Amino acid sequence: MRTYPIVVTGLSALLVLSACSSAQDDTATAGPITVDATDTTCSVSATGAGAGTLTFEVTNKGTKVTEFYLYAEGDRIMGEVENIAPGLTRKLIVEVPEAGTYQTACKPDMSGAGIRGDFTVSGGASRQADPDTKLADATRTYATYVANQSDALLTETRVFADAVKSGDVGDAQARYAPTRVYYERIEPVAEKFGDLDPAIDVREADLEEGQEFTGFHRVEKDLWVTGLRPDSAAIADRLVADVTALVTQAKAIELSALDLANGAKELLDEVATGKITGEEETFSHTDLWDFQANLDGSEAAVQALRPVLQERDPALVSQVDTEFRNVRALLDAQRVGDGFRYYTELTEDQIREFAAAVDALSEPLSRTAEVTSR
Amino acid sequence: MTVSRRALFGITGAGLAAGAAAGAGVALSTSEGSGAAEVVPFGGEHQAGVVTAAQEHLHFAALDVTTTEWAKLVALLRRWTEAARRMTAGREVGAGGAVGGPAAAPPDDTGEALDLPAAALTLTVGFGPSLFDDRFGLANARPPALADLPPFPKDDLDPTRCGGDLCIQACANDPQVAVHAVRNLVRLGFGTTEVRWSQLGFGRSSSTSRSQATPRNLFGFKDGTNNLKAEDPDPLAQHVWVAPGDGPEWMTGGTYLVARRIRMHIETWDRTSLAEQERIVGRTKGSGAPIGQTVEFDPVDLHVGGADGEPLVARDAHIRLASAGNLGGARILRRGFNFVDGSDGVGHLDAGLFFICFNRDPRTQFVPMQRALSTKDSMMEYVEHTGSGLFAVPPGVRDGAYWGETLFG
Repeated sequence: MRTYPIVVTGLSALLVLSACSSAQDDTATAGPITVDATDTTCSVSATGAGAGTLTFEVTNKGTKVTEFYLYAEGDRIMGEVENIAPGLTRKLIVEVPEAGTYQTACKPDMSGAGIRGDFTVSGGASRQADPDTKLADATRTYATYVANQSDALLTETRVFADAVKSGDVGDAQARYAPTRVYYERIEPVAEKFGDLDPAIDVREADLEEGQEFTGFHRVEKDLWVTGLRPDSAAIADRLVADVTALVTQAKAIELSALDLANGAKELLDEVATGKITGEEETFSHTDLWDFQANLDGSEAAVQALRPVLQERDPALVSQVDTEFRNVRALLDAQRVGDGFRYYTELTEDQIREFAAAVDALSEPLSRTAEVTSR
Repeated sequence: MTVSRRALFGITGAGLAAGAAAGAGVALSTSEGSGAAEVVPFGGEHQAGVVTAAQEHLHFAALDVTTTEWAKLVALLRRWTEAARRMTAGREVGAGGAVGGPAAAPPDDTGEALDLPAAALTLTVGFGPSLFDDRFGLANARPPALADLPPFPKDDLDPTRCGGDLCIQACANDPQVAVHAVRNLVRLGFGTTEVRWSQLGFGRSSSTSRSQATPRNLFGFKDGTNNLKAEDPDPLAQHVWVAPGDGPEWMTGGTYLVARRIRMHIETWDRTSLAEQERIVGRTKGSGAPIGQTVEFDPVDLHVGGADGEPLVARDAHIRLASAGNLGGARILRRGFNFVDGSDGVGHLDAGLFFICFNRDPRTQFVPMQRALSTKDSMMEYVEHTGSGLFAVPPGVRDGAYWGETLFG
């Protein structure tokens, strides 16, 4: 596992950031709206503005630490600046694209509903129509995929854990890589659960100080390096418990179409930085199983998005299809029986070929997110 | 008469032993070319190359001491000091220089810097933890602050790029001048030292003076906006220079250098959306302004929230985790350089940041900062630490003294 940026806030955070960066030119001309906050008053220099990027300069003239909010209807936070000490001036730049009635609020002592004032925003775009049904279909399709993979992951992890607990090292070794396939296919989803992913998939080299070595790779080390240890059975039980918790959450998570596109790209990043280098499966060298699974997961996300992508950028879709085929062909050439050659059996030329094919796929794939969010 | 390499070449041509006439005199600059900035004084209270306005190029070398004779090591430090005085003044190494010695002997100076100016060359020497073993009886002189760096999560250190008994940091505005300096010091050290690893860097990735614009790293972002600056005497005293009572007296006026070779996975980074890149760094890519602010040097405000109250500077953004506010006030002086060491054999550039920082006590400054970054920083997905070194940089060299005299004297 290589930890990924945990985009808990998902789409909303991305929109806010891009809004901030794209709108800076406006702020220079608009000029800031000043806010004088005291312990009992909240004096805003304007009660309205045109839609766009608004800059509030909040000065705390009181004696208590304060904070300032801009709320949309229903107290939805548009922006906030916390922890303004007495005497300090802080800036809040917030993108307000839609006309409507908003509220400003100072919160002396950083508590309560605050001292409110109405703030009217005029002009701007009207609220977008209902979410595109094709995008909604895409996320539903992918959610079904995640659910199916999750169920299989839990089933196979239980069987794998039983093999470990029975002490049958050969059987457990044989089940290790095929079990992990279900995890690797939905890894970007799993990585949204901050604590579970490390517990299930941390690599020994990535352990933090004081972090317990648990999960698949700990069992991998037991099976291939140290031999089963007194606590191997307990680690296997813990793995089943963690996977059970993960599966429950993975089936409940709501993903956006942008999450799908980003996930498809992240899976290929995983391949480029972890599998092609042989770092993921240090002890078992079953990296190609993970490679195939990452590719499967990436392709599943692209398939779900296909109707949208096909409509908006057919050339991109055809390029992605071609490159997926190329990577698959290279992997197929390394198949042995139900599985693959071990990473250690690959020649340098073969590794280089894989890396080049993954690069060639990753470039067009990285453009799907933008197409999806158009 | 004191003559620079360039003046020597230009005025007298090759062959005249003008280098010898210069003797051990005080280094002076010729006033031609880019002027006073061309020669950075070698001596002083602190070593040059720390708060000196960051130059454009780096050659860094870590060396192991191969002798066990104290006198031999001290003699080398004296020879190095003398050579460094000359080279930082833009002069050749040795009495005969590159072309003024006997024709039957190899020249004292290797010659590739002939007709090049001093180019603001600085040479900075440090002592690694391994020097303080039983070879020279220095165990008791080892500063507690020179504690071995702990392993950090996600480190992928290559032993052939780590450690070293000594280090030489050569910085100059001309890469050939920096390489010339390291090459000649290494040559002087044969039989006493050997190179363990070395690193070239280009395009300073930090500014250490307000007179310098903030440069960009290979992620394309301005790097080190909040760096300590030479114009900040109080923060330098607080965060960089070792003060009396900090540890052994020989380090007073010195500092600790941490070097980390940080490989960047620039290919996967380049496929990341602009919004995500900015989220990871915590700054906008164009102006370098902290997210939620307008211009580069606006203070970072970690308390600004956007929609749903989520902080605009993400919880795992680089600038949040590296901020003094997040680290109990700890700051460091960064002085790193970009590098591209060819390719990695699988079609990717072996590129990144050769991170160098100076701090008064790594245990309370660099180590907690790197621990926060290595465990939480979303940027770690795109970088890998592949080399590491820690060195005690002794105080500046006074007239007639030599590098490390406070330790060996």
